[in-house]
Formats: sequence, C-alpha cells, structure tokens
Amino acid sequence: MKTLAPHTKARHFRRQAIDMFMSGLCIAAAGIGLIMLALILWMLFSKGAAGLSLDVFTKPMSSTGTGGGLANAIVGSLIQVGIGSMIGAPLGMMVGVYLSEVGKNSRFASIVRFVNDILLSAPSVLIGLFVYQVAVAPFGSFSGIAGALALALLAMPVVARTTEDILRLVPQAYRDGAIALGSRENEVVRKVILPAAFGGILTGILLAVARIAGETAPLIFTSLGNTNWSTDLTKPMASLPIAIYRYAGSPSADLIQLAWTGALLITVGVLMLNVVSRISLAAMRRG
Amino acid sequence: MSRMETIAPPRPQVSASARVESGSVKVRARAVSVFYGEKQALFDVSLDMPEKSVSALIGPSGCGKSTFLRSINRMNDTIPGCRVTGEIAIDGDNINDKSVDPVLLRAQVGMVFQKPNPFPKSIFDNVAYGVRLHGLAESKRDLDQIVETSLIKAGLWDEVKDRLSASGMSLSGGQQQRLVIARAIAINPEIILMDEPCSALDPIATAKIEELIDELKTNFCIIIVTHSMAQAARVSQQTAFFHLGKLIEFGPTEQVFTNPRDTRTQDYITGRFG
Repeated sequence: MKTLAPHTKARHFRRQAIDMFMSGLCIAAAGIGLIMLALILWMLFSKGAAGLSLDVFTKPMSSTGTGGGLANAIVGSLIQVGIGSMIGAPLGMMVGVYLSEVGKNSRFASIVRFVNDILLSAPSVLIGLFVYQVAVAPFGSFSGIAGALALALLAMPVVARTTEDILRLVPQAYRDGAIALGSRENEVVRKVILPAAFGGILTGILLAVARIAGETAPLIFTSLGNTNWSTDLTKPMASLPIAIYRYAGSPSADLIQLAWTGALLITVGVLMLNVVSRISLAAMRRG
Repeated sequence: MSRMETIAPPRPQVSASARVESGSVKVRARAVSVFYGEKQALFDVSLDMPEKSVSALIGPSGCGKSTFLRSINRMNDTIPGCRVTGEIAIDGDNINDKSVDPVLLRAQVGMVFQKPNPFPKSIFDNVAYGVRLHGLAESKRDLDQIVETSLIKAGLWDEVKDRLSASGMSLSGGQQQRLVIARAIAINPEIILMDEPCSALDPIATAKIEELIDELKTNFCIIIVTHSMAQAARVSQQTAFFHLGKLIEFGPTEQVFTNPRDTRTQDYITGRFG
C-alpha cells in the first residue's frame, strides 16, 4: 500500500475521529433512553410486585379507604379499552386506507390528513371534555360507554396515521400487478395491499391500544370511575388509570401500594398483548 | 440469430401504419395519442398486431413504447391526468368505449412487468389469485388443476411443485418472473403484454423467459416492450420502432432489422443512438 501524504494523513485521522465521536454520541443517546426505560420498569416492578395478591384480582376497590382490590378497575379497563379499540381501530384503518389508496393527494384527503394530525396531537383532556359534552351531559350521567368513546377517539388518529404510513410503503408493483389481473379498487386493497401490510398495521393498532390503556384524563370526564362493582355501560365505570390517579394521592399506605400494582398491571398487560400478537403474527407468516 | 431464418416468408412491405392480413388482426390501433396532463407522450400511432404471434416494441428510453403498451389494457387509466385519444380495438371492439369495463378488459389482457412482482402470498395463491377473483374455478380440484396447468405452461412446475405453499417471494428473480407469467395465463387471457420482462434478469433466466415467450405465442397474442434489440430479433415476428413518441416503422422483424426503410430505425438498430 502506498503511504499517504502528510496532509492527507492528518485529514484521514480527523475524519476517523469525527466518525468515532458521532458514533459515540448515537450510542450514548440510545443508552440514556434505554437506562431511563430500565429504571422506570425497575421501579414499577419493585414497588408494584409487592402488592400483588389474589385480592387484587378478586376484590373490587374499597370504598372505606383501606383494603380492597382492583378487580372492578381491571374489568372496567378491559371493557373500555376493548370497546374503544374495536371502534377506533377499524375507523382508523379505514381513514388510513382512504388517505393512502383512494384520496391520495386530493384536496379532501389533504384536509382529512391535516385534521387527523391535529386530533393525533390534541391533549387527551380535550377529547375527554368533548365526549363529556356530547355523550355525558345530554344523558345526565357519566358512563362506561362514554369512556370507551373517548378512548376510541384517541385510538383512531393513531391507527389512521400508522395505517397510511405503512400502506405507502407497500410497493406500487403490487397494486399494478393486482390491477393488471382485473382487480377492482376494493379488491386490490382487501386482497393484496392490506394482507401485505398486515404486520405493520397491527403494530399501529397495538401502539394505539397501549396508548389508550394508560389514558386517565379523558376518563375523568366520561366514565368517572367507580369504587363499586359495575359492568353497566350506562353507569360510571372503574378503570385502572383512574384507580391509580385516585389512590396515588391518598394518605393510606395500602391504597398507594395498590396504585403501584395497578400501574404494573397496565404495563404488563400491554406488554403481553404485544408479545402474544407478535408470536401469532410470526406463526401466521410461517403458515 | 438462427431463429431469424425460420421466420415465415417475407410479408409485403408495410408502411408505418401497417396492416396485416385482415382476419388475423388481434389488436388494432388507430391514431392513438396519449397525454400526461399537457404533455403529449404518444403521437398518432396506428398499427395492427396479429394474433398468435409476438410483436416487439423497441426504441430509446422515453420513446412512448411503454406508454403505448399500457394503453392496451388501460393501465394508463390509473395514472391521474393521463388521457388517451384515438382508437384501440381488440377483435374489432373499441376498448375505450364507454360500455367497456376496464376491469373485464384486463381479465382478457394479461400483463407482465419489468420487475417481477409476485404478491407476498404463497406460490399457489399467486397463481390462483386471478382465478379466484374472476370465479374461473368450479371446485378446489378445478383450481388445483388450473394452477398446475398454468405453472406447467410457464415452465415453472417442476421447480415448485413440492413447495406450492412457500412464499412467491422466496423464488429467484427468473422464477418470480415465470410465476407472474403463470399468474397472468391462469385467467386465460387472449393477449399478454410484457413490459421489458427480462431487464431485471440474468442471461440464463432471460433465455428461459424467451423460450417461454416462443411457446406461448402458439396460444396468445404477445406484445413485448424491450430494450434489447437482440431480444426483439430473437422472439418477435413483428417489430415496431418508436422514437420521440412517434411510430417510425412497423413491419416483419426480419425486414425491420435487415432492411429498415427509415434512417432513424437504421441508426438505432446499428447502435448510432439510443
């Protein structure tokens, strides 16, 4: 190998140093993020796990100030997040399909995209107040269904956005191939584009579910929370985030403990949902 | 170029707006122009392409050959702002008539693209896609039969018969291109459009596709866009030379390559431009 001229050599070392410095910065940033996450999880597990007992899952919240479990909050959360996702996810998917496959760059699509982005970044308390106005005030009662609607409104823009982004990544060649075989527009989307993008869309839905599972503010104005056992959608309904919110500020040590346990349950629940859907997706891929 | 010698007896000299003997005309184009918004990409193209033979469209990049090809199955409809004027008729029927549903037209006019584009589905489901779409199989047995026959015709059966449930994407580029040809012929079209079907393939895969084209022409009217003049000479019976959006010359391949009447054609095939 020929030897480099001195100035080239100096330049070479400087470039190498900058390269290493930049790589170091990126690794440090990733490390900080990871450490923060680990610390949060560590705190959650160490404080939350202590309160885990059968009572948490079998007894409803206490109305007297001590004791009790989280059973009604768990079930309430499952119901509201479940209904919220079942309304929000399909709506969001349809919006995403419209934006990517039908409206594209049309004026109306641009407006929908803009509004969706605003909705996506709107403070969730605002969504709660809106649903309060349309679904609580007129009926004179806080209700589980109002809570579910607020969560659906939060989930929809997340799913819409990720669905559009994922569909835009599907190669145009699939669309051309399907059209050239005589597919109609809806057949191109249903039989080729959506199956091809299924994994990505599922990720978007899971993100949305994870987001709404931890939402507190929109539920305060809609399903209110309930210390009693109730699965009636027209009545106030308990949920884990509201239980955490109420208990974390209480003077009683065992209620504060329950708040930690509730936070742990939400986190583990979302994590499990992710793991299970990843595994089943991988199994489907293998056929 | 040994195949050149086996070409049918020389046809009478034809003009740029050529007609072949009536009765065997499959695709007839008359004064076809294509516009992308304000820009005109194709000018007054008229030519007749016979059934059961291969017509090659050649010319430098941007000459309008792909644009013309895509107007035969109305794929241009899917491009916003694209407008086609003039008449294109298949078996005498104007395909741009209001009564023609482009979706049904495309079931009769298959298309193979430059880059192999199998769907991210199994080999079987790729071939079965159009058959299921158009309800062409009466039973599962029937469907199996159609898939097998199509893969045999596309020369791919022996390579994939043991792994029909494997993803179409797991095949090599040349196999993928034969898979999409099988997918196209499974719905029994009369015409197959090929848009530079070998430009993404290596020479061996290319040779297989060319062999396949040669076999397919006994049943189909094949119209192929190609950048390779050698390929046009090997596989086609008619050749159309496009330049700057205009059809310069159209005639029997042998005549176009050995005795072109237009100097632009001659310059192109001898490599002076393009």
